[in-house]
Amino acid sequence: MSELLPPVIVGAGPAGIRAAERLVAAGLRPVVVDEAARWGGQIYRQPPDGGFTRPKTALYGFEAGKADALHRAMAAIRDRVDYRPRTLVWNCEAGALDLLSEGASEALPFSHLILATGATDRVLPFPGWTLPGVFTLGGSQVALKFQGCAVGRRVAFLGTGPLLYLVAYQYLKAGVEVAGVFDTTPFAAQARATAGMLRDPATLAKGLLFVGWLRAHGVPIHNGVRPVRAEGAERVDALVWRDARGQVRRTACDAVAFGLGLRSETQLADLAGCRFRFDEADRAWLPERDGAGRSSVPGVYLAGDGSGIAGADAAELAGERAALALLEDLGRPVEAARVKELDGRLARIVAFRRSLSAAFPFPADWADAIADDTMICRCEGVTAGAVREVARSGQAREMNRAKALTRAGMGRCQGRMCSATTAELLSRTLGTGPYGVGRLRAQPPIKPLPIATVVPSPPRGEGQGEGDALRGPGRSTALFQPATNAPPRIPLTQPSPRFRRTEGPSVASAQTSFAHERGGEGTDDGREVA
Amino acid sequence: MRERIDCDVAIVGGGIVGGSAALFLRQAGLSVTLLERDWCGAKASGVNFGGVRRQGRPLEQLPLSQRAHAIWGRLPELLGTDAEYIRSGHLKLARSEPDLASLIDYRERTQGFGLGLEIVTGDEFRRRWPALGDRAIGGSLCPEDGHANPRLVSPAFARAAAKLGVVVREQTPVDRVEKDGDRFVLLSGDVLEVRARFLLNTAGAWSRRVAEAFGEPVPLESLHPNMAVTEPLPRFLDVNIGVEGGGVYGRQVPRGNMVVGGGRGFALDADRARPQRDAVLTLMRDAAELFPQLRHAHVIRCWTGVEGYTPDRNPIIGPSRTTPGLFHAFGFSGAGFQIGPGVGQTLAELVTAGETAMPLEPFRIDRFPLTT
Repeated sequence: MSELLPPVIVGAGPAGIRAAERLVAAGLRPVVVDEAARWGGQIYRQPPDGGFTRPKTALYGFEAGKADALHRAMAAIRDRVDYRPRTLVWNCEAGALDLLSEGASEALPFSHLILATGATDRVLPFPGWTLPGVFTLGGSQVALKFQGCAVGRRVAFLGTGPLLYLVAYQYLKAGVEVAGVFDTTPFAAQARATAGMLRDPATLAKGLLFVGWLRAHGVPIHNGVRPVRAEGAERVDALVWRDARGQVRRTACDAVAFGLGLRSETQLADLAGCRFRFDEADRAWLPERDGAGRSSVPGVYLAGDGSGIAGADAAELAGERAALALLEDLGRPVEAARVKELDGRLARIVAFRRSLSAAFPFPADWADAIADDTMICRCEGVTAGAVREVARSGQAREMNRAKALTRAGMGRCQGRMCSATTAELLSRTLGTGPYGVGRLRAQPPIKPLPIATVVPSPPRGEGQGEGDALRGPGRSTALFQPATNAPPRIPLTQPSPRFRRTEGPSVASAQTSFAHERGGEGTDDGREVA
Repeated sequence: MRERIDCDVAIVGGGIVGGSAALFLRQAGLSVTLLERDWCGAKASGVNFGGVRRQGRPLEQLPLSQRAHAIWGRLPELLGTDAEYIRSGHLKLARSEPDLASLIDYRERTQGFGLGLEIVTGDEFRRRWPALGDRAIGGSLCPEDGHANPRLVSPAFARAAAKLGVVVREQTPVDRVEKDGDRFVLLSGDVLEVRARFLLNTAGAWSRRVAEAFGEPVPLESLHPNMAVTEPLPRFLDVNIGVEGGGVYGRQVPRGNMVVGGGRGFALDADRARPQRDAVLTLMRDAAELFPQLRHAHVIRCWTGVEGYTPDRNPIIGPSRTTPGLFHAFGFSGAGFQIGPGVGQTLAELVTAGETAMPLEPFRIDRFPLTT
């Protein structure tokens, strides 16, 4: 009976699209749920409809061919999938996802689910990181790709990971002045690791080309860097940094783009009940998956960066592989040769990723340099000192406790942005390593849920046509508008959405009264319960 | 090597009841060991709604509740923190004449308990709480009730106790408990053995196991209240709000976030629970209906917890019927936060003086038949 339900794929990036393609080829009609307005994911994000004319080569550079192929793949199966763009999955419970679309919530039952939820920037704060003009690498890239604008006129690129060089390169190509690349990795480590990367000469060559191109255009590249602070009054006007020899230096710029690799979006897997393990390479707790993408929960599959960072190429392969695993589990025939080929290619990428992690090691000591008065949780205004204090005083030895006592991770982002920092601060103070402090438990909603969310109980909506909740001038009361359609990589200098006042949605008058609740279960009047 | 601790009193469960009992016992000069399977104040005591409310309680709870009220007034002195406790008032709304009559009746019946209830209706009601608009025809205000941050209060009791010399062991589940002569013996794996003259069973929803170990099974079930919090909003509400007849409750914290509750979550297993989708959606709808100011807000987090409920919704407090030296205090049925410190103090009294002036008759464990 459960086979009657169509398979559900969350995410329409490289993994999600390739998974959908494979399921369609097998004659199934998957539901593809995606938060974005158009398919492609973050890396191959498409510009909004209309008005944007930059060619794919300009948008995606070397990856234009891959982006184009992926976009076409989805276009080709568009009428054979139940595609749900602009839809947030806000919960997973008892074999169903909760979807939020156009202001209405709907439960979507599933028997087989592929989670291809992707990743966001991993950031650790440094003094001045909340100044306007400081962005994440991913946010800077989205600005370029999606909004067709640069984050500044003279941008300093700081951090580690392949994205560091890629985005700097893309900015340079777009005609923006690059003030410098400030890589936290010591030069020697990178050189050593390059040998390992020979396993994938094409990717290596591309990386070298970025570096070469940047150098040829006079962009200074510094290794072994640590940030001291971002300086500026209204907006950043310089990056102050310490070079490999310990010398403090200052580079004028009007924007800083920084990031320390990516972090997986794992909340849905958590709510789906998947078992987690600590991954040393990603320095994160990740949902367990086997080589084919099966999670610890039967019927739930994981593909792409959402369950471990391996990049877009791997995501395409993993998406297809997860779909094949799903088909196998349904008892459908799958082509053994294709399975074998995918497994082989994935294994090679995994090996390459290991070298890459060695080439761009996480700067574990960065956290030590975060001053006590530096804000680490922007939603709740929690400082590094507050987190260190609850660790030092013995009150918090793990993440959830630190959250309860300091509020770090309690705000709008629910720790998606700050929990890497909290984990580093806690574990460095306690001397446990990030493994030892555990991870934040996921709670619904995964992203903020409008309280006016319509529940289309039968009959669906009384005069609440689709879109009503997003239309209209709204009432005169104070309104705080959503960020549900905001890209997951929020440019750091956007005003925190909770301070952004806009016209609010007009809420179709709820036909409800709490009067009918009377006499039911909920008769305990604010019993202070847990 | 198994560590061995000898002490006067062993306490199982580091919530607000166990933590406060530990604190008061230590103040009385006894040696105390507090064992907590998780982290102190991390379960129901720490994740509840945060209402600090006497109003609405059954009359038999009011003496204990009043006792607790006095302790809440001394938080900074006792704990070194106010834990965001505010005596904002608790306003219970009436949506109909019968509801109002019921509130008036409650006020009459509670005369003499010191709640100071004030019935406010009509124009006066709308003048004082314009934010509530026409959602209610009136309400009953308990001016000295209020709300607090449970995440901060409950752990703080155990911490204050530890500061005075109570041995507090977290992440320490009790695997076996028995009585050996005049001593209780508690074992945690092969790590720890605690021997004590007195034993307090304050393990919340997990108290049944300790009671059963002494031949006193109790009808305790776990329920999971459903709660949600919005992003910070401009302040529009100071009082803690309940509704006669139940359904939904809410409070706005000084930071601006609105905390609301209503409905039930579901159990993942015996130890963990999650908010339930329909309960969340219903709660959001009801909260927006009750507080129009929330209509354009977002819920940023939902949560629940595990709370022990008795069939008559009154707690079990007092001496064991089978085992001298054992005292129970659990089954607060969703209303243990405010009353908790008063119960802790009463437990301390039972241990140190062998008696208490608090009327515990309604909470006797033997009101439930011994069933197995």
